[in-house]
Amino acid sequence: MIAAPDFTNAPEGHSLPGAFYFDARMPIAPALELSQISKRFAGVQALDDASFSLAPGEVHCLVGENGAGKSTLVKIIAGVHRKDSGRMLLHGAPIELRDVHHARSLGIGEIYQELMLVPTLSVVENIFLGNEKTAWIHGQLNWKEMIARTREVLARLNTDISPTACVKDLSTSEQQMVEIARALLLEARILIFDEPTGSLTAKNTEDLFRIIRSLRDKGVSMIYISHRLEELGRIADRLTVMRDGKTVGTFGIREIDIPGIIRLMVGRDLVAAGPRRAIDPSAPKRLEVRGLCRHPRVLPASFFARAGEIVGIAGLVGAGRTELVRLIFGADRADAGEILLDGARKQIRSPIDAVRNRIGLLTESRKDQGLVLGLPIRHNMVLPVLGRLLRWMRIDRAKEKRIVDEQMQRLRIASPTAEKLVLHLSGGNQQKVILAKWLIADCRVLIFDEPTRGVDVGAKAEIYGFMRELAAHGTAIIVVSSDLPEILTISDRILVMARGTIAGELSRDQATEENIMTLMVGGNGNANS
Amino acid sequence: MRILERFGIVLILIGIGALMALLTPVFLSPQNLFNVLLQVSINAIVAVGMTFVILTAGIDLSVGSVVALVAVTVGSALHAHAGTFVSILAGLAAGSACGMVSGFLIAQCKVPAFITTLGMMSVARGLALIITGGQTIHEFPPAFRFLGTGYVGPIPVPAMCALLVVGVAWYVLSQTKFGRHIYAVGGNREAVRLSGINVSRVEIAAYAICGLTSALGAIILVGRLNAAQPIAGYGYELNAIAAAIIGGTSLSGGEGSVFGTLVGALIMGVLQNGLTQLNVSSYIQQLIIGSVIVLAVMIDQMRRGRVSIPWLRLKMTKSK
Repeated sequence: MIAAPDFTNAPEGHSLPGAFYFDARMPIAPALELSQISKRFAGVQALDDASFSLAPGEVHCLVGENGAGKSTLVKIIAGVHRKDSGRMLLHGAPIELRDVHHARSLGIGEIYQELMLVPTLSVVENIFLGNEKTAWIHGQLNWKEMIARTREVLARLNTDISPTACVKDLSTSEQQMVEIARALLLEARILIFDEPTGSLTAKNTEDLFRIIRSLRDKGVSMIYISHRLEELGRIADRLTVMRDGKTVGTFGIREIDIPGIIRLMVGRDLVAAGPRRAIDPSAPKRLEVRGLCRHPRVLPASFFARAGEIVGIAGLVGAGRTELVRLIFGADRADAGEILLDGARKQIRSPIDAVRNRIGLLTESRKDQGLVLGLPIRHNMVLPVLGRLLRWMRIDRAKEKRIVDEQMQRLRIASPTAEKLVLHLSGGNQQKVILAKWLIADCRVLIFDEPTRGVDVGAKAEIYGFMRELAAHGTAIIVVSSDLPEILTISDRILVMARGTIAGELSRDQATEENIMTLMVGGNGNANS
Repeated sequence: MRILERFGIVLILIGIGALMALLTPVFLSPQNLFNVLLQVSINAIVAVGMTFVILTAGIDLSVGSVVALVAVTVGSALHAHAGTFVSILAGLAAGSACGMVSGFLIAQCKVPAFITTLGMMSVARGLALIITGGQTIHEFPPAFRFLGTGYVGPIPVPAMCALLVVGVAWYVLSQTKFGRHIYAVGGNREAVRLSGINVSRVEIAAYAICGLTSALGAIILVGRLNAAQPIAGYGYELNAIAAAIIGGTSLSGGEGSVFGTLVGALIMGVLQNGLTQLNVSSYIQQLIIGSVIVLAVMIDQMRRGRVSIPWLRLKMTKSK
């Protein structure tokens, strides 16, 4: 299901082959060494005797399913959490980190998967937050120097973000670059990247990799967490696999291939997502969109999805994909255009209309838009359909339990009870709760926006399986994704968006990463429709 | 541990009660206990409505002024010989109308709740003063005053009203669709909107309920005092917010219960009553009550494991 790139052909980032590189430095003390680290949170053993060692000047990847303990491990290294037990050596000397500031003062910097910027401040203010440069008059900020240094570091990152731009006006990808710039300015000796490419465009990812390589050449040690296993071969020197809070193995990058990594991560072989089905070309058009637009992000767009069809929408960040599907769901108001469901015109002016017409949207941001984190699984699942559970004003608890338990089993949601707060679930399980919500609402059109962002490989395969299963039962499915292998795996037909319009349409047989990419960047694809 | 987490605030109430019982013999007498119930009833009723609003992550600063507006509305209606029943209905309508206006401005026009209700606080107070020309309205029929001064057996009618309001509110919040929506809106407004729920309607209803409970509080107040004053209800908003917060309702919304609010109101009432029994001057009472409000919430936060205070060597382990 996941293509295994050939690690032996890794790009020429540095001249030394991986194995030799380390052998040469082995006598030197590791930059960081952790042994038998344990950490418990509220009854959950997040880390269980984990051990990890980081050589000077290496890029060490941490991989594992969500909830495997990667984030906890790096947060202990960064001083965010304190370990319950175990030993930590920094450049050979034992160390007890007190907090984040302590870690920073020792040269440990971190870049988190969730953005930690103050949206109302400018780029330069964010970059120097807590670390402001002052002029000789005490306390007066030295703007000139700060702006100059910001400009310099942004230039190194190959971005043209203005240092004085307000962070909230930047795209997610640009904000990520600011986050990286901030860590670079700390001149850390150990840098932690927690899923840095999750929201980066392909170009920015390239720039980031280039920077990582140049930092490595300067002797900076880096810990890199990513779910995109394809990336690892291009930047990692070694990788450590984690599962259930334990470190299950550390390998030189050439000693293991992707299927091997996945086996270690999940502790089993993945089931393939199932054979590709033939789509009945005469199946009725479940959803048809005509001239739907909202200036300036979405220019008039027309397309359709047949019953049982999975339509992928590819495009760069900012191409208008999310904005388009939000119009279909009524989350934003369209300027013009019409929506037809099973051939009948429907007015969809708000999500209320959408849900009434059995359209569901799994939003790109689960935490902000998909879930009420502080409520239990049960409450989240039945939120749109409470009206159907009423027995004389009162919610019929027995009926509710029946419906919820059925979905918990069907979607294999890993939680002992439906009373658990969704806050405490892993990304994959959170996504399943949202999916369950729309399954209960009995949707005939389901829109997935970045369905597997931050979801581990195991749950990813399961989600693909559910999508296929739903399609087989006649649901029309629309998938927006920045992950090209995902689009290619799951879609029956692919629409490519660029600058607010549908730039092209590719059948499954025509589609390759290259021609999708060509359409995405606005080149002349020969498959324009 | 789970029980402690749920009923921690009850333990604080029992603790304060026990202290008062030790310090003053009269505190535990049935007559005094019913007296406490009577004293807290109006705050408890208003605080229940406030709990609805705070659960949606809102705030209503106008309840004190709404109490005054409803008081003079009911008073004027009674003096115009509108009859007890009609006057009460007029009062309830006035209260919920204020709430609905605030709710509409907040939900539909996106004026922040703090600003909207700050405005409503001034507007309602102004209306109350205009209606009466600043004068107090006296003397009401006994049938009306029963709501404020009556007893059923040993139990004061206002206390019964308060318990009834808490019971109904508990039912609505925990057993109905609307209740679920209230918690969900406070937890994540956008996620609820994208689940196809009319968020504005839920918010407007929450403020309307807050107006309604303020009106009920006002009616009991007028009955008790046998007077409708345009300056009634000063500071009620802060008492109601304090009761809800002491009772564990989170100001950021989505978390809390009306039982907590009732207990919160009782804690404030027991303190006030006990301190009065102890002949503590009302100036010092203010100081003590203020400190207790902050302390109760601080202990609650520590109990939930959200904060630790290293220099105090206070750290409670998080249960759950």
